[in-house]
Amino acid sequence: MATLKIPTPLRSYTNGQAEISVRGANVAEAMNDLTQKFPTLKPHLYSGDGELRPFVNLFVGENNIKDLQGLDTPLDENARVILIPSIAGG
Amino acid sequence: MLPGLTRDEILRYSRHLLIPEVGLEGQRKLKGSSALIIGTGGLGSPVALYLAAAGIGRIGLVDYDVVDSSNLQRQVIHGTSTVGKLKVESAKAKLLDLNPDIEVGVYNEPFTSENAMRIARDFDILLDGTDNFPTRYLTNDVAVFLGKPNVYASIYRFDGQVSVFYAKEGPCYRCLFPEPPPPGLIPSCAEGGVLGVLPGTIGTIQATEALKVLLGIGEPLIGKLLLYNALDMSFDFVKLKKNPNCRVCGPNADIKELIDYEAFCGVPSHDHDEGSAGAGWDITAPELAARLKQNHLKLLDVREPHELEISALPGAVNIPLGTLAARLSELDSAEDMVVFCKSGTRSARALELLASAGFKKVKNLKGGINAWAREVDSSLPIY
Repeated sequence: MATLKIPTPLRSYTNGQAEISVRGANVAEAMNDLTQKFPTLKPHLYSGDGELRPFVNLFVGENNIKDLQGLDTPLDENARVILIPSIAGG
Repeated sequence: MLPGLTRDEILRYSRHLLIPEVGLEGQRKLKGSSALIIGTGGLGSPVALYLAAAGIGRIGLVDYDVVDSSNLQRQVIHGTSTVGKLKVESAKAKLLDLNPDIEVGVYNEPFTSENAMRIARDFDILLDGTDNFPTRYLTNDVAVFLGKPNVYASIYRFDGQVSVFYAKEGPCYRCLFPEPPPPGLIPSCAEGGVLGVLPGTIGTIQATEALKVLLGIGEPLIGKLLLYNALDMSFDFVKLKKNPNCRVCGPNADIKELIDYEAFCGVPSHDHDEGSAGAGWDITAPELAARLKQNHLKLLDVREPHELEISALPGAVNIPLGTLAARLSELDSAEDMVVFCKSGTRSARALELLASAGFKKVKNLKGGINAWAREVDSSLPIY
């Protein structure tokens, strides 16, 4: 299963878990598995029409999925997905 | 022509002069360079201290705030003796004590679309240490329009991000984040908190990147984003590419001048405690105290459970904001209710959620339990 790394601002929606094992052959399926496991996370990542919010960036390994195949980017068993939100604290 | 070093400066910077990557020429470069630090808070503190110590010849500081004792857990450039003083003046005094050979310019004003180009024009590099989204987008756009590198860092709780956004050589902030998050979705440090040492870790990395860029050494974080987590002690690096659709630095950019960043982000350009749900939806602490004497009101506390150990209102029901949507069935929409948090920001979000779920008789305690502590019950601590 791929591993999805959750940033601190969103960990209150994953019972404090920093890394979640997710099932899915591609990023869309993995994200679907994540939001099924943690339904309260969904409105923070997706807009009302089901699109990934533009301030949320997903990276597979060190590459932005926008530079790969988007949500269709395939994941292997050992893939590491990092979710990067914008934070503004200083 | 680079400025020379005096005998005193040669001694002061001797540990730099011994490094071949810096040496005498590098130190003269630093003396001849200038850096604008936007924000003299958590990040701005270590950034300013280390850039001053390193001998950057001219440092500009932008901030309009005054030092508050709640700053001192992390803003190490200030001190107990400067509480209540202007941050830029407090910081300037510390920097000149550390290094009297440098020049420190202060801008005791908000960084805005009206003054940002004028202020930033005369500096070689910008360092973004602000605490809010509007000023981050503004700083980015100023850097792109002026063709200057923007050393970016931001923090939240245990997380930090650092990159060098330099549109001439790589992506800008907007390439990664084309749009800000919806207002209220990502909590600020004033609401969510921040580990005091975190801006120290991240700010010193930010200062390191600025020195590398100014010296032209090493591999600055251009096209790379560093992600740090203090709890995991993890450093992750991801690649950033220029976004061909970037509205500011892309080939078809349509934003050619500074815009209204508060309107763009939907939030004010500061991170102060003054949460309000808007006209008609707020109740002040004294008004609430008077209402409670007359009749029963349900009090809904949407803070995290650990915050109740700091201060609490008797009889209040605690449902943290993050779980409220899933626990609406525990509340009666026919009941008069006042929702509160620390300072009124999270409760304003809770009120929006409740109103959209059909709750009509809800008010937001303006300024939160801190306002209650200030205006009604001084036995409660303010945090």
